[in-house]
Amino acid sequence: MDLVQWFAAPLQHEFMVKAILVSALVGLVCSALSCFMTLKGWALMGDAVSHAVMPGVVIAYILNIPLAVGAFVFGVGSVIAIGFIKSKTRVKEDTVIGLVFTGFFALGLVLVSKVKSSIDLTHILFGNVLGISDSDIMQTIIISVITLVTLAILRKDLILFCFDSTHARSIGINIVFLYYVLLSLLSLTAVAGLQTVGIILVVAMLVTPGATAYLLSDRFDHMILIAMASGVFSSVMGTYISYHIDGSTGGCIVVLQTLLFVIAMIFAPKHGLLVRSRKQLSDSV
Amino acid sequence: MNAISIDVKNVTVAYHGKVALHSASLQLKAGTICGLVGMNGAGKSTLFKAIMGFVKPVTGQILINGLSIHQIQKKCLVAYVPQSEEVDWDFPVSVYDVVMMGRYGYMNLLRIPRSPDKQAVRESLERVEMWQMRDRQIGELSGGQKKRTFFARALAQQGMVLLLDEPFAGVDIKTEKMMINLLIALRQAGHTILISTHDLASITTFCDQVVLINRSILAYGDTSEVFTEENLARTFGGSVGDFASAKNRFTPVNQEDQSWT
Ligand SMILES: Nc1ncnc2c1ncn2[C@@H]1O[C@H](COP(=O)(O)OP(=O)(O)OP(=O)(O)O)[C@@H](O)[C@H]1O
Ligand SMILES: [Mg+2]
Repeated sequence: MDLVQWFAAPLQHEFMVKAILVSALVGLVCSALSCFMTLKGWALMGDAVSHAVMPGVVIAYILNIPLAVGAFVFGVGSVIAIGFIKSKTRVKEDTVIGLVFTGFFALGLVLVSKVKSSIDLTHILFGNVLGISDSDIMQTIIISVITLVTLAILRKDLILFCFDSTHARSIGINIVFLYYVLLSLLSLTAVAGLQTVGIILVVAMLVTPGATAYLLSDRFDHMILIAMASGVFSSVMGTYISYHIDGSTGGCIVVLQTLLFVIAMIFAPKHGLLVRSRKQLSDSV
Repeated sequence: MNAISIDVKNVTVAYHGKVALHSASLQLKAGTICGLVGMNGAGKSTLFKAIMGFVKPVTGQILINGLSIHQIQKKCLVAYVPQSEEVDWDFPVSVYDVVMMGRYGYMNLLRIPRSPDKQAVRESLERVEMWQMRDRQIGELSGGQKKRTFFARALAQQGMVLLLDEPFAGVDIKTEKMMINLLIALRQAGHTILISTHDLASITTFCDQVVLINRSILAYGDTSEVFTEENLARTFGGSVGDFASAKNRFTPVNQEDQSWT
């Protein structure tokens, strides 16, 4: 099969066209946000929130309201719970995070198993972008627009918040507001990512492209562009590959992202392992 | 010119119920430089944080130009340089970007710099002799260069009030002198400066007033009256040794020591 065929054949199916477009969009949005997540050190938080949205998603299914609403409530709720427990007990933060998100996730599992509905657990856990419904596509588009517009407007403030929140405060910027903005976007994109790669892997979408780009650039503006490019590339190629090998779409996307990270880790012009070891060699000579 | 710029009234600050600063009062006139002197743990940084509104005083009130700190911050009237920057030095921002952050208060929501902003950043960087290094990622600077960058950011803010918590710690003598000259020029332009330092020798060269502090304010007033051996002995619990030698200690090695405080 030649290359053109390889790319063109899947496009004959409407579901593939939709899947490729949706995962490209989700890849774009998640990678934009992932830059803030990696720089703020919120990878663990991303993992927590993406798991904690599970009961919200199930409840939203039952109540027949948009999944994003349920996810949003539980995503933000889990972080408030984490903050509350941390401030009231002597338990350390990473313990509290682990405890809260598994608790929420387990609640979600119980709900899925006991509530009679058409929810397919594997779709939530591993994504189902090949069978995504039109209403879910609409929801993904809305989430994406909200996230991208917010990031575009508040980009500079959010960078400052991640970099030096003391200074942000000292010039009268409301950092509590920015904290909740970032958190809300995290909850929303977790829902978008959930449909493509599923709850288990969504954290990869929210961390890996940012980490890859971080190795490749010392400028935030470059970093976010590189992250978005790598995110979209992985999403599109991952979806293609999953079609051709008939494998898990989420799995293919995340494996690609991880590969890109490994390549960057080794070959990055300034922060890559090769350059570093060459530097060490020349230093020791 | 002689209006009260910083007015600290009877401020007590406690951390988790433990009092760090007891009933502090001071009034700084506009267009003066005031040195803040005290041992490690005396409450200097605490006073700065209280003025900035980062810690809430148990009692008392702080006004800047007659307004609360939150009103002041919105008007870009105050620039604060903390003792140590708690920032991620690997963050993908350049020296230029960092100094530009000092201008955000003047910009619209999108924070798009206009020509006065670019000019202020350039001038500030030139003043601290960091313009050549403007494109460096901030982690690629030496400790003193980092300090100069953040000092430049405070200059770029063009606030009428400058709060500097140990700006000289870890910088060489030449840079310290340069910073002092900049501060003197700012005073000339009517700015009010509160500065903490462990460099007792340089204080008499540029501070109009001195505050001696040890959990509460021990002495406060014109440098010539307050900065006496006797008062210093009280401030440092007699541990300062002889003041004459303190005056002569003006070596870079000594500066380096201070970065641990
Ligand atoms: N966040 C905090 N939580 C609890 N106690 C604190 C906190 N910050 C400061 N303290 C305590 O308050 C007291 C005053 O601290 P502060 O940082 O104001 O001292 P300082 O005069 O700036 O000292 P240094 O010269 O070492 O910078 C110290 O005893 C310190 O242990
Ligand atoms: Mg201090």
